[in-house]
Amino acid sequence: MELLAQQLITGVATGGIYACMALAVVMIYQAIHHLNFAQGEMAMFSTFIAWQMLAWGIPYWLVIPLAVAVSFVGGMAIERIVIRPLGDAPVLSHIVVFIGLFAIINSSAGFIWEFTIKPFPSPFGEGSLFNGLISNHQVGMIAVTLAVLVLLFAFFRYTRIGLAMRAAAENPVSARLVGIRVGWMVALGWGMAAAIGAVGGILIAPIVFLEPNMMLSILLYGFAGAVLGGLTSPAGAVFGGFMVGIIENLAGTYIPEIGDELKLPIALFLIVTVLVFKPTGLFGRVVVQRV
Amino acid sequence: MSVDSMTSNETKISVPGARAGSAAGTGYATIARFGLLVVLAAGVAAPFFAGSFLVFQLTMMLIYAIAILGLNILTGINGQFSLGHGAFYAVGAYTAAIMMEQFGIGYLWTLPAAGVICFVTGFLFGLPALRLEGVYLALATFALAVVTPQLFKLSPFEPWTSGVMGIVVIQPGAPFGLPLSGDQWLYFLTLFIGLVGYVCARNLVRSRTGRALMAIRDNPIAARSMGINTALYKSLAFGVSAVYTGVAGALGAIVVQFINPDSFSFTLSVALVVGLVVGGVGWLPGALFGGAFIMFVPNIAEGLSKGLSGAVYGVILILLMYLMPTGLGGLAKTAARAFTRRRQE
Repeated sequence: MELLAQQLITGVATGGIYACMALAVVMIYQAIHHLNFAQGEMAMFSTFIAWQMLAWGIPYWLVIPLAVAVSFVGGMAIERIVIRPLGDAPVLSHIVVFIGLFAIINSSAGFIWEFTIKPFPSPFGEGSLFNGLISNHQVGMIAVTLAVLVLLFAFFRYTRIGLAMRAAAENPVSARLVGIRVGWMVALGWGMAAAIGAVGGILIAPIVFLEPNMMLSILLYGFAGAVLGGLTSPAGAVFGGFMVGIIENLAGTYIPEIGDELKLPIALFLIVTVLVFKPTGLFGRVVVQRV
Repeated sequence: MSVDSMTSNETKISVPGARAGSAAGTGYATIARFGLLVVLAAGVAAPFFAGSFLVFQLTMMLIYAIAILGLNILTGINGQFSLGHGAFYAVGAYTAAIMMEQFGIGYLWTLPAAGVICFVTGFLFGLPALRLEGVYLALATFALAVVTPQLFKLSPFEPWTSGVMGIVVIQPGAPFGLPLSGDQWLYFLTLFIGLVGYVCARNLVRSRTGRALMAIRDNPIAARSMGINTALYKSLAFGVSAVYTGVAGALGAIVVQFINPDSFSFTLSVALVVGLVVGGVGWLPGALFGGAFIMFVPNIAEGLSKGLSGAVYGVILILLMYLMPTGLGGLAKTAARAFTRRRQE
């Protein structure tokens, strides 16, 4: 029983990482209706920027808002410079551009900061709670993820600009007719996704260590969480992220054949199984198509 | 992200071409046939003028082209995404390697075996995929690509797969005492299989089955109400597509002479998708260009800048998508349309 509790908590803690990533994925999916494969690399780059600022001796409480702001601007710039000229090219062309972005960001990060693994200090300090069951950092990470979720919910629900963003995503033509600048709403979506990614990256880096490839498997889990929860629901994505973390941990502990190597396949397999029964994810909206 | 939006461009383009009349149509066909002959002649002559490493690279290019051809049948013709075709490539490669090295079966027999096994695998994977669309299908297939190398590492299969160690495959020489080196012979074998595969794919697309596949791509509901068994055809598309990719994988194992689970990571699947899009989704000859792209462009990028090779590759990819968002196929179709229109005036 104690083992179960401990594994559950560990699962929730790793799930927090995936939830962060899943949230960023869903944010950008809502704005542009594409899965952004470069999302993880954007977060990784933001984390490197934060690391660089820390290395320059800027205090932590200043680094986080700065990194988030830089990422926000960077995300908007990517939309304006790289994505916008594509226009309404076919979906697969967008995917290829994301793959291109992935390669560019990954390789530049490796070029600037090298591929060596770097430790990244936790913003919540060392130490643990509940007799070492869970570290301060993990608690802080879960709290921040939930806080971001609540903020996002409030933003989309109660602010004018949040409403405008939702309208632009739902029905671009009508949104433009009522005076919403749809292009800028998409750019804003990119900026916000990059900013959330930066928060996620800074929270994740103390656990997995900082290096250009750190986000690869995390992005996968993030995708899995987002799809499990449903790509149309931010809260579902967060839930999905936590679920993936828990499933992965329990499967790794209780099915001895699985071990560490097969944790990821098992999690993915479960998710595909869920998808087969609920094709739009657990909390996703079913889109009815007119012929 | 709907499948319609991916292919709508193409349907729009093909309409004027169909109306262009026979005179302009034959003109275009002549050019296409001439181009095909030139490519074929160059393809046959190449191994006699190229060094053995270049022959190896050209063979790999053809192998990738066969794999992309398979992906094109699924994505371009039937409109189903797959980010996991590396998995079928891996299954084909392991079939060939295990049959050759563990059971001592001749390498030519491994190709049909790889095809059959991949057809069954693809068909079976196509069944659950029926329920999924767009991004969800993309993710499910991506999961397949990630899982496959892990499966080949599993200890219960180790007697056959040798786990992480991989399998060394001995390169077969040219048969009947032909005056060819091993590399050259494999090149011609691959070229032959690629041509047969291309002709089959073209005939498939032009047949009743092909029209059914395209109808499902353009409007699944309309296709179903016209009496097309959507579930069967979609699974079949997965199966057939997997045959191509699997045979390519088997050839790949024989040509590279070594396989291990990490040769088939998801980057292979991503590369195949890149090749598909660069060549042109739904345009079968594009597979050759796609194969050339994923074989040679990373090397070119590395030549331009060692440290930033990934960035150079990414920039090339993005620029290509700006210049021709529908790939070479879209460009060729636009050019053909402009040409026929001028002839009509």
